[in-house]
This record gives sequence, structure tokens and C-alpha cells, in this order.
Amino acid sequence: MPFIPHTAEDVQAMLSAIGVADLEALFDEIPKGLRCGELEGIPPGLSEMEVGRVMQARAWEDGQPLCFIGAGAYDHHIPAVVWELAGRGEFYTAYTPYQAEASQGTLQLLYEFQSMMTALTAMEVSNASLYDGASALAEAVLMAVRGNRKSKSKRVLMPRSVHPAYRRVVHTIVRNQGIELVELAFDSASGQTDLDALADHAGEDHAALVIPQPNFFGVLEPVDELTDWAHANGMLAIALVNPLAMALLQPPGEWGGAGADICCGEGQPLGAPLASGGPYFGFLCATAKLVRQMPGRIIGRTVDLDGKTGYTLTLQAREQHIRRSKATSNICTNQVLMVTAATIHMALLGAEGLERAALACHANARRLTQALCELPGVEPVFSGPVFHERVLRLPLAAGAALKSLAAHNLLGGFDLGRDYPELGDAILVCATERRSEAEIEAYRSKLERVIQAQVQTPCQLKPDW
Amino acid sequence: MSDTPTDLRYAKSHEWVRDEGDGTATVGITGHAQEMLGDLVFVELPEVGDQLKAGDDCAVVESVKAASDVYSPVSGEVVAVNEALEEAPEIINEDAFGEGWLFKVRLADPAELDGLLDAPGYDAMLAEEA
Repeated sequence: MPFIPHTAEDVQAMLSAIGVADLEALFDEIPKGLRCGELEGIPPGLSEMEVGRVMQARAWEDGQPLCFIGAGAYDHHIPAVVWELAGRGEFYTAYTPYQAEASQGTLQLLYEFQSMMTALTAMEVSNASLYDGASALAEAVLMAVRGNRKSKSKRVLMPRSVHPAYRRVVHTIVRNQGIELVELAFDSASGQTDLDALADHAGEDHAALVIPQPNFFGVLEPVDELTDWAHANGMLAIALVNPLAMALLQPPGEWGGAGADICCGEGQPLGAPLASGGPYFGFLCATAKLVRQMPGRIIGRTVDLDGKTGYTLTLQAREQHIRRSKATSNICTNQVLMVTAATIHMALLGAEGLERAALACHANARRLTQALCELPGVEPVFSGPVFHERVLRLPLAAGAALKSLAAHNLLGGFDLGRDYPELGDAILVCATERRSEAEIEAYRSKLERVIQAQVQTPCQLKPDW
Repeated sequence: MSDTPTDLRYAKSHEWVRDEGDGTATVGITGHAQEMLGDLVFVELPEVGDQLKAGDDCAVVESVKAASDVYSPVSGEVVAVNEALEEAPEIINEDAFGEGWLFKVRLADPAELDGLLDAPGYDAMLAEEA
């Protein structure tokens, strides 16, 4: 039985009340070419027992591989208490609740989240989160184009060292608003944004410069120089950061002379499991000056009539239900559940715990790259300092090497061949705090065997018969 | 009794214009507009140098209830903006027709002023809306 309360008679009564013959007529306005027609290929329904069997079989396909891939999603330890608490009925919702002010506990949690993010990034304001890191960057670009009133160009400088998937998502979201992303080359030796290539754009009209920290190659950018350069050329500085790295590195609010104007990124490293790619959450912080250009929800703390502390949605005049097509964004919600986990995760670890986790990642990545680079033909591609990821060149086809490692239940890294063919057989490897010395050694020895098996070395023996 | 100043011109979208007689005009929102919006909390002004066409949205006034676009009643270049509003938008609530002005324009076509409502015309429009 369908869970729709309207009977055929109800529907007919509503249609005759508005003078329409049938339901189909309500969709007349949509051109025929845009209608998707009948859904095909949907198999018949399954019983609960059958579905259980299918899902179990699929879960087994995942296996429990040893993960050395980062590339935007990171295999961190999440203390059991994080999801035990986040899963409680009081917290268990995906969205900002309707009649938000009736849910004071949720609003207080979001307010605490915002406070933690501003502390972590040294920015003045934070929103209550966005969908993911890529769409947060797109919102940051839109925000910069609106907020930089000196710039008339609707162009934004986007380094090629920004995550390729993020660049594609940003392009998809901003292109129909006439915003142009101008690609900036990276220095082939250091892996950092090429300052010479940047200098070519001095004096041009761009709304903003995107500064990834670390960048997609794991490399740390000269953020002070880049921020000051952006400001000297009338641009806003958009920081795209790994939040865990911020526990260790200089936060965007302190970059250069004046600090970054907008800071965004992917929140997954703060308590969200990898889970086949999501759900994750994006975060977005800014200077107070830009707060009215921010998308999404912002929770404020106030007092009620009796002077008691209360929490409320604030600055809603930016939002779609009030400003309609002039809203700063069509986002009228946030990723409450993931943010709940992140807030508990950060509260549990504290500033010191986050710093220790970040340091452990850095140390493990160093161990991993040192171990792998002992192998013949394996070498780091870039000389720039890194956080917890590094690009390595292999002496054999990268795709084939990763496939062989996967056969040993080991995910050896991200193949950069498709997005950066100029780097040759290069992979991006990552080691978080979860990787033990034994696991790092397992990777080294497996890669050694793969190289021995696949690289044809000429026979060194010179037989004399 | 209407307190709509008779020396100003009015747009149907509730802006007023004062012809300064030197080729420039001052623009603000009417007393009625500020009353409808309620306590103002933020004003986004155009930039000096912006070229406006009559009917362009060129500023935003935000109150505790709503954010509303301000449309320029006349065409021309913005020559001054009321920076005091950035710190104290409530000036508009206190003195919409005076200290609460938004911006000044160098008129591209002074004849546009004749196309706007006079005080009785604006009052008649308000009476019809009420």
C-alpha cells in the first residue's frame, strides 16, 4: 500500500477545483525534450531477507584493505564515543531542524561547532557547515565574487594544484553565473604554486586567489606570500585547508599581513568515516566584514526576555526564504549529523589531541615515503615540504603497480596519471596516524616484490660459455 | 495629514530623489518604506563611480524582518554615498528624508525627474495600496 493519503477522488476534486483535466497537464510547461519519460530497468521488489543477502554480498566485496590513499578523504581513528553520542535520538537528524529555535540543544551544538572552527582557522565567523569540501570551495568563489566590490571581472585564480575533483565541481557550479576560473601552473620542482606564473597576473582584475594548504600533492604552499600578493593586487584570499593540518600549521586568519578573507574545506578528517565516499561535510569561515555574503545557516547566541542564554538562526536575511533569487546561496540547511560527530570529535581530542593526531600523520607519512624511496626507481616528485601526503614516481606503470598491490588487499595510493599526465608514473600516497610501522613495512615489501616482478632488469651475469 | 516632503520626487518602489540643482540628485528611501521594513540593521550601498540606470537595483536595506533591494529612480554616476549608514543604519529609521539619504548621483538625464511622482501623487499611491 502506498503511503500517500490522497484517494483518486481527492486528486480528482483538487484537479477540478483548479480547472485542470489530469495530473499530466500540470507538467505542460516543461518542454518535452527535458522530460525523462518512463523509468526502465528497475527490477521487481525484494523481500527484507533477500535485500539483506544482497547487501551482505556487496559489503564483502569491500573487504578490509590496508589504506594508503588520501587524495581528499582520510582514514583517521574515530573514538567509539563519537558516533555512540552522535547516534543518540536527540541528535539524530540530517538537517537544521524545522522550527529551529525549538531545538535549542542542536542549535547550541552548531554554535559550539562554529566557535571551534573559528578557533581552528583563526577566522572571525563560521557558518553551520555545507555539503562537502568541493561545494564549500564553490560557495567561497561565489562569495568572493559578490564580496570583492572593487573587482568587476568575475574571474578567480585557481591553482592547478587544487584537488581536480574540486576544480570540476566549482566549474560546474559557477560557470552559468559567468564566473571564469583562471588556471595557475605549479612549479614542477617544488610542487607549490608557481610564483613566476602568478607574477604574470599582477595588476590584472581578478576577484580572488585560491590558496590550498596543503595542496592536492600534499605540499605546503608559501601562504604568507600568496595572501599578501592577492591583497596587493586587489583580490580576496580564499584558503582551502585540511582542518586537521590547521592544528599544526599557521591558521588562515594569520596568513600574511592581513590574513585570508575566506577559509573553506572538507570536514571529513574530523570524525567522519570514509564510508565509500560520504556523507561528508564542508566548512566555511570568513572575516566579519564578509558575513552578509556567507551562504548557509549561521547560529547566534542571544538572551531571551528573561535574560537567559538562547540560540537562534541569525542573519537570515541572506537566505533563500527571505531574499528569494537574491539570496547568497540556495543552501538553506547544513550537515547537522556529520557536524555533530565533528563537534564531539574535536571536543574529545581538544586542541592538544588534534595537534598530536596531526603530528602522528606527518611522522607516519615521512616514515612511509622514506621506506618506499629505498626501493630502486621510487623517488619523491616534489621537493616542497608536506603534511601527510606525498607524490612518488614509480619505475613501472602506476596503474599496473596499484592493481598488483590491490590484489594483495593493499590500496597503495592515488594514480595521478589521469589528472596530471605530465608527472609520468606518479602516485599520491598518504599515511595517517592509523598506519603502524608493520603496515608501512608491509607496503614496502609488497611494492618491492611488485617492482621486482614487473621491471625487466638486464641480467647482470655475463656467462662465459 | 501627510508628512511627505513636497520638494522631493518619488518612485513607485518607495525611493525619493532631491534635485540639488547642480546636476546632481540625492536618493533615499521614503518614511513609509522605512516604517514597513522596521528597524534597519544593515545597508549595502553602491560604490562611488558606479554607473546606474534608472530602475537598476543598486543598494540593499536589511531590517530585522527582511532585506529589500533599493532601485535607482534616476540614471547617472554615483558621486557620493552616505558612509555614516554603515555604522548606524538606524539613521534611516530616524530621519529617512534627511540624514538617512543613501547616495548622490550626477544626473545623466535630468528629464527623468519629470517622470517621477510628486508628493500628492506618491500619497495617492500609498492611499490606494492601503
